[in-house]
Amino acid sequence: MSAAEQPMDARIEALLLQREIEAFYYREAELLDDRRFEEWLDLLTEDIVYFMPLRRNVKYGQHSEHENTRQGLDAAWFDEGKHTLTQRVAQIATGIHWAEEPLSRVRHLVTNVQVRDVDDAKPGMRELDVRSRFLVYRNRVEEETDIFVGQRTDRLRCEDGAWKVARREILLDQSTLLAKNLTVFF
Amino acid sequence: MTQRIEAAALVDREAGIIARDIFVNEEVYQQELKQVFGRAWLLVGHESQIPNPYDYFVSRMGEESVIMTRDKAGQIHVFLNTCPHRGMKVCRYDQGNARVFTCPYHAWSFSVDGNLTTKPGGLVGVPQYKAVYRDDLDKSKWGLVSVAQMTIYKGSIWASWDPDAPDFETYLGDMKFYLDAVLDHRDGRPGGSEVIGGIQKWKVPSNWKFGAENFIGDLYHITSHRSVDMVSIGPSGQGRRDAPTGDKANRKPPPPFGSIGFPNHGHGLIGTLPFYAEPDYIPSFTLTPEVEEYYREVYHRRVENLGDKARGLAPVGTIFPNCSFHGMQPRALFTWHPNGPREMEMWKWYLVDADAPAEVKNVLRHYYLRYAGPAGLTEQDDMENWNYATAASAGAEAGRYPYNYQMGLGYEEPAPDLKNAVFTGPVTEQNQRIFYGRWAEFMDADGWADLHPGDSGNFAALMARRKS
Repeated sequence: MSAAEQPMDARIEALLLQREIEAFYYREAELLDDRRFEEWLDLLTEDIVYFMPLRRNVKYGQHSEHENTRQGLDAAWFDEGKHTLTQRVAQIATGIHWAEEPLSRVRHLVTNVQVRDVDDAKPGMRELDVRSRFLVYRNRVEEETDIFVGQRTDRLRCEDGAWKVARREILLDQSTLLAKNLTVFF
Repeated sequence: MTQRIEAAALVDREAGIIARDIFVNEEVYQQELKQVFGRAWLLVGHESQIPNPYDYFVSRMGEESVIMTRDKAGQIHVFLNTCPHRGMKVCRYDQGNARVFTCPYHAWSFSVDGNLTTKPGGLVGVPQYKAVYRDDLDKSKWGLVSVAQMTIYKGSIWASWDPDAPDFETYLGDMKFYLDAVLDHRDGRPGGSEVIGGIQKWKVPSNWKFGAENFIGDLYHITSHRSVDMVSIGPSGQGRRDAPTGDKANRKPPPPFGSIGFPNHGHGLIGTLPFYAEPDYIPSFTLTPEVEEYYREVYHRRVENLGDKARGLAPVGTIFPNCSFHGMQPRALFTWHPNGPREMEMWKWYLVDADAPAEVKNVLRHYYLRYAGPAGLTEQDDMENWNYATAASAGAEAGRYPYNYQMGLGYEEPAPDLKNAVFTGPVTEQNQRIFYGRWAEFMDADGWADLHPGDSGNFAALMARRKS
């Protein structure tokens, strides 16, 4: 059934949900770009899986199997939980984490937000699969500039009436990383 | 012959003074591609990356792309990744499995096995061979270029472009003892390590030598890592790694620990001198009981396997010129590939015991990733330092002021139980002087004969210059 054939209240509900999720992402980007990293951590569930695989150049037909390194098994750029993310935030706050001291100027642009699945299996604990695209701009010190473009596939969970990220798989569209480090959050 | 830059004029190892130019000068860089990277033994990869016939991994040697592959019989080959006809890369994938590499440009094809008339990497297919070459092309002469020498050492794969280079073990000298400490199973058995899938590769706006010299023996820089020590990412919840040697009063004294350098070869590390009985067990990975249990068990097997044989610990070191390692926590091999004087590409191979339980490998992997690489809480700060040190080496005014490498100069001691090696306390610039001294010799030599692979005499000269 195409969207146009659905009952009006289902269409309105989908629209409101879409709007709500977009607002969530804009708020998340705002916290990161304002360097309110500890408040950003509050948007992540305690059991979050935060994963950014390495990307490989592989032959046609082998992408699904070999293009990206595997979560839980292989090397990655990030494959961690909230504890390590919290340590990253604490390290920046020491004021002597030289890769982020002085702090970079970072902007997150989030687009192409698509709610792909709504899971109401657990009462009061709605979960969503949401895919989006990002462009993260970083400029630091005098002229260092990096542009990170890619895709996020999130599992969002509604906890106590608020959305949180329970899983985030980030595909950065680079194979050899063109930046000297990954001190920004995605 | 084109005029070469005299590197000995840039590196004064006796005074501990090194010109900034070696980190930024384009002519120096072009010369080191030929004189250093064209002659030395370079790390290419690890056997566990290509377990099956025809598996391949595309690696680098200096600026060049190379294909590391395995033929039908299991023999490993390293080929220059360029078509001998017009230069196109014959392989632009990072890894895969192929019997034949076909150039996308004119479809010349090269067989990993070769055939009756050609060697491995030989030219076996030329489109319209009869019609346009009139059957008149000596295919045996136009295969993929092979490295001059290749060797497999406990799973790690090394190659050299220079047929005159000494064999790999002569090249290593007694540094071999410490490469063993990196590659051997934690229980003391020879070899037994494997690479975790996925090689991290990233570009850093730094001269490659800043990485190599940092890993060869710069313990002075740990102040730069204070922020990560404060947030405690270590496997036992303290600092950035578990202390390599014990400090508790009731334990046996730990083996002597410091900077160990090989002046005749250019290699060096920070680690222990050879010792002959295991020190008391020090719990590590205490946040994860299963891993702690593994290391406790491995410790007991190590006591049994090694008996009173020599063993050493190699937390960090560099094999001249551009392969460094972490031999303990986190455990990895890496290369500093030159990408022009002001940029390098870092590649990192993370190592684990091949037969360790999956949970152990998983915890290690998590730890490695939070410590090392571009997202690692520790190494991010290193790259910031090398980035701006490179930039600052370029100024016309700054360039008049060479860098100071005088720490510990003249206080090197002969290292007991190691051939032609020197030993100083942990914090010294002994190994950096050794590295750049050897680098200058490579830069100025006409060939391996000038480099005296058996004994370059540097050790004796260094001993003669001692102040103590």
